[in-house]
Formats: sequence, C-alpha cells, structure tokens
Amino acid sequence: MFENLINQFWPATVDGLSLGAIYALVALGYTMVYGVLRLINFAHSEIFMIGTVAALFTVTTIGVSAPLSGLALIGMLILLAVVGMLVAGASAVALEYVAYRPLRRRGAGRLAALISAIGASLFLQQLFALLVIPRLFDRPQQGGRLPVQSPDWVERSDVISIGDFVVRNDKLLIIIAAVLMMVALDQFVRRTKLGRGIRATAQDPETAVLMGVNIDRIVTATFAIGGAMAGVAAALYLMRFESTHFFVGFLLGIKAFTAAVLGGIGNLRGALVGGFALGLIELYGSVLFGSEWRDVVAFSVLVLVLMFRPSGILGESLQRARA
Amino acid sequence: MRRAFPRGLVAAAAASALVLSACGGDDNGGGDTGGGGDKPASVKLGFMGDLTGENSGIVIPPKNGAQMAIDEYNATNPATKIELVPYDSQGVPEQATALAQQALNQDKIVGLVGPAFSGESQQVGPILEEGKIPSVSASATNVTLGEKGWKYWHRILPGDRIQGTGIGEFIARATKAKKVFVIHDNQDYSKGIADFVTEALKGKGVALETDVIDPKASDYSSTVNKVKPAAPDAIFYGGYYAQAGPLLKQLREAGVTARFLSGDGSLDAGLAKGAGGTNADGAIVGCPCLVDPTGEANEKSKKFVDAYKAKFKTAPAIYSAEGYDAATAFVEAIKAGKTTSEDINAFLSTVDVPGVTKQIKFGANGEPAGGDVYVYEFKGQSYTLLGSSKDAEIS
Repeated sequence: MFENLINQFWPATVDGLSLGAIYALVALGYTMVYGVLRLINFAHSEIFMIGTVAALFTVTTIGVSAPLSGLALIGMLILLAVVGMLVAGASAVALEYVAYRPLRRRGAGRLAALISAIGASLFLQQLFALLVIPRLFDRPQQGGRLPVQSPDWVERSDVISIGDFVVRNDKLLIIIAAVLMMVALDQFVRRTKLGRGIRATAQDPETAVLMGVNIDRIVTATFAIGGAMAGVAAALYLMRFESTHFFVGFLLGIKAFTAAVLGGIGNLRGALVGGFALGLIELYGSVLFGSEWRDVVAFSVLVLVLMFRPSGILGESLQRARA
Repeated sequence: MRRAFPRGLVAAAAASALVLSACGGDDNGGGDTGGGGDKPASVKLGFMGDLTGENSGIVIPPKNGAQMAIDEYNATNPATKIELVPYDSQGVPEQATALAQQALNQDKIVGLVGPAFSGESQQVGPILEEGKIPSVSASATNVTLGEKGWKYWHRILPGDRIQGTGIGEFIARATKAKKVFVIHDNQDYSKGIADFVTEALKGKGVALETDVIDPKASDYSSTVNKVKPAAPDAIFYGGYYAQAGPLLKQLREAGVTARFLSGDGSLDAGLAKGAGGTNADGAIVGCPCLVDPTGEANEKSKKFVDAYKAKFKTAPAIYSAEGYDAATAFVEAIKAGKTTSEDINAFLSTVDVPGVTKQIKFGANGEPAGGDVYVYEFKGQSYTLLGSSKDAEIS
C-alpha cells in the first residue's frame, strides 16, 4: 500500500494541487459570502457551472483551428477567465438580488435564506439543462442534459520533467492562476477601501453601518468577487476537461465547500489552504486505498480536523485578517 | 390570527390532498377495457428508459425500433391497436419505480418494453411481478435479473455473463494482451460486466489490475496515475459512454496508448465525442446486440435498416433492432388475440418467430434462447462492425 504512494507520489501531488486549485477558487465564493452574510450559498456551484458554459460558448464561437500552446494558450485562457469572471460575477450579483436580498430586507432568518439557496441551485441547474444549453449549443431539448464538449483547444505538453516529477502545462497553469488570483484577492481585501468595508461588515454589520459602510454595496461586491473567482475556476476547469454539463457544479461545489470549511470558513487564505489540502488528501487517499475511497477519505479527514480544530486549519475569519 | 391561520390552512390542505388522491385513482378504472369481454380497441404498451438524460444515446434508438414495430402493426388496421407510452426514467432507479407505479395504476399498461438499464430493472422488476405485467428489455444486460425467478420478466438479448465472457475472450485472443487494467464505476451493470471480463481473462492467464471511478466526478486523475505505471496492454472499462469518453480522453492525454475496450454501455458516438479529437480511434466496444447500419448481416436486417432510415431519417444505432424485436414479441401476442397482461405473459413463454437480430424465443427464466456477442471498432466519430467476438480480428 505504501509502495504505491512512494511510486505515485509526484503524479498524485501535482494532480492533487491542480484539482485543489480549482476547489480553492470556488471555495473563495463560499467563504466570502459566509464571512459577510453567515449564509452558505448553495447556488454558488451553479454560478461555477454558468461560468463553464460561458467559457465553452466563447471557445466554440471563437473557434480554434488547432490546439493552442505557449503564449496563445495563455492568451486564450486569460480571455476565457475574463469572460468567466464577467458572466459568473454578474450571475452571482443577479442571484443575490433575486434570491437573498428580498429575504434580507424582510429580516428573514438564516433558515429561509438557506432554503432559498437550495431552491436557486436546483432552479439554475434545470434552467440550464432545459433552456440555456440546448439553445446555446443548438441541440434539441433532449440534448440539454448531455455533456457538452468544447473543441480541442489545449495542446498538452510536459513543462517540467525531472525524472518522476512531471508537470503538464495545463496543470501548472491552473496552480499558478489560482495562486495569483488568491494573492490579488488578498491584497484587495487588505488594502482597498472596499476590502476594508467587506472586513468590517464581516466583523459587525451594525457598527459598520455606523462607520459609513453601505451594506448593500458590500454584499453585492462580495457576491460579485466570489462569482468572479468561480468564473476563473470555470475557465481553468474548461482547460483541464474541455467539457461541461448542467450538473458539473454539484460534486465540485460540495468539495469546494468542504475545502472552505477545512481551511476555516470565512478565511480567504483558508480557502486556498483548504482547497490544496483537500485536493492532496483526495489523491493521496485514492493511491493508498483505491479510487473508490477518494471521497470517503476526503470527508473523513474533514470530520477529524473539525473534531480537533472546529474552526478549520487556519481558523481565523475574514474580519480578523491582519491588515 | 397569525398562528391559527397557517395551522388551519395546513390541515385543510392535507385533508383535500387525501380526498383528491382517493378520487384520482378510480377515474381511469373503467376507461381502457372497453365493454365486458370484447377485445379492447387499443392497449397501452410502455417503454421505459433514459430518454433525456446523459445516456439517452443508447435508449432512444430502441424506443425508435419499438415505435416502428408498433406503427407497422397499427398500419395493418388490426382489431386491437397498440399505443406506445414512453416513460422517461433518466436511468435513475428511484424515478423508474415511481413511473412504474404510475404505468401500472393509472395508465394500465399491459406490457413494458424495458426498462433500458439494469439498475432500474432491478427496482422495477418486483413492481411488475406484483402487478403481473410482462416486460421485455431490449438492453438491460445484468445477469442477476435472470436469476431472481421473475415470471414476468424477459429480455431479448444475452446477459452480461455472455457479453463479458465474450469480450474477455476476445481481448485474450485478438489483442494478445498479457496485462489488462479493468476499470468500472460500481454501478450494477458496470461492476457486473467488469467482473465477467475479469473472470474470463483470469481463466486465460492474463495479469490484471483494477480500479473504480466515481461516475459523478469529472476528474479521473487518480485512476490515470494508477494505469500509467501499470503499463497494461489493454484497458477494459465497464460503464456508460458518458464516463468512458472523458476517461479515455484523460488516459490519452496522460500518454497512455493501450487499447481501450468497453461494453455495450459505451457503444455510442458519445464515446468519441467525450474522448475528443482522435482519442477514440481504435477503441473496441463489444455488445450482445447487432448494429448493422448498412444492412449487410441478412435480408431481414436490410429490410429493417431501410425502413428505419426512411422513418427516422437516420441510420439505426445500438439496440434499435433489439427494441424492434422486443416490441415484435408483444405485437405477436396481441395479434394472437391476447390483450390482458397475464395472457400476454403466457404467450411470451411460447413465442417462436424470427426477429431481425435473432429468433424471438424465450427460455424458462426469461432469457433469450440464443445470441452472439459482436465487437465494433471506433474510428473518428463512428464505429464499424468487426464481427462476432468469437472470430473477429483486429486489422
């Protein structure tokens, strides 16, 4: 059992980090919304799905004559990330406006918001399966639930190749992109006025209002940023898997939420740590116990961490980010 | 005022729901059987399967085949017409059971073509047994279905023991593989066929390694990381094309060049689409079904293919001919004047007419009396028939 781990250590590590990077970016959305609103936005997984659909549509519309590599690949990736950010961010803002703001206005409890989140998630899944995907990709209504493949636009090659340590270009790009976005977000939250407002609202909404913070704007910004991060994750997902379908958010959303909790819900850096940790645990676990135990291992580790450290690995939350 | 209102409303709603459901059941009771003991003007035949989900590619062709058999029969202006009622279970067993109840109690079907998948067949079987409704599946291949002693269950194609053994022996003989990696997704059908392939290969002395994937996940990198160092000569995947395609894609992208084989769940252009580019070229898929788009196999097949193309404007695909034969079994029963489900079931145990794919004849346990395993090779976005698994060669 352990010789397997030694044999496959590097491939498992690289794959775990690249999978974890996608979890981390999606986890940001969960963690930020929870930090500010104490709400678990179950529909965030569908925001991610919407991002993948937008990115796939972009790739299909632009059309590629041959799989891209090098600078062309990075350029296309940036384009898809921007499209993803815009569409997913806008969808997240719209989601907040429709599903959560009316409840906040009426002082509804957290349970009502949770139910609204679940309802929004189901609604978006079915909306895309029945209407959007068939229309966008020109399939009869029955084809809405089938996976949609993008044209082959990624030329995969090994960038680093030192003995057993082999890193493919797409996996490396994913890891780098996630870390970059995380650093950018971290700086944003720490240095800008809007970022300070987010942290203040997360700490104490009533006092924040007294300090002149516009709560509605903060909430919108939080959703927009979380959605944008999911949009980047969507572009990276599309680069890795070159396909999507209406249900793609489901399992990934659960894992990303788990990653957020693992790292410390409400903590931005925790989302990154939790994401990478979860990805690595999944891969190492599957090497040790077999692929079918992947999820069992991941969730068992979550339970163990929470038992001994309920606030997650990094523990701190959004409001207490060191300035 | 606020507290009393919801409670009263809830109580009223519950009461009216009970009353309405009690009313709803009786309404359809007298409708279908016309008057007294005469033959009814029309009977309902159900078709159950994944018609709109991710694996609908292998269910819509048999539905078309069944529809064609029924329409041909209705066109002869018989005393009792047949109406084919589709039930879209999306391949999900829980949905299938709810639909089966509806089919039995409200629509009053006299027979069912399907369910299409083995998982849903396991759950729907007991319901049909209790309701005494005969079923003929055109595609559910799991072996345990024929071992439960169900009296009302039949299938028109050989089960996974025959399919798995046939594919396993083909792998050993035609690919000459010394080491095979077997992967499946733990579903009823997938594990079943993977186990039979494994058994057959063990019997031929082939080295084996196995792994399992989660059909809901998109990332199979842990499996790919196991396959690569194992360096097998061939890979067998038990499961459906919605996963086989992406799995093959990730294998090829990781540099695994071993030949990829799978069972009937992957016999669809979706395998090539999911794999992307030319990754599916050379993939070989077995099936206890005969897919003969050019109508070369025999005269009856050519007639079927031409009629199918004319009616549906597309070539027949996997299980179309089996769906046609399954519906034909029911058509023969109704031609013979059997219009109640018990009479039809009794007739099915004696039916013996030539079908498009094989002789339509059932054994005591509902299994078909004969059947071969065929293998197909993928190239580009489509596949061609290589031959029977017993003697086909890879070019």
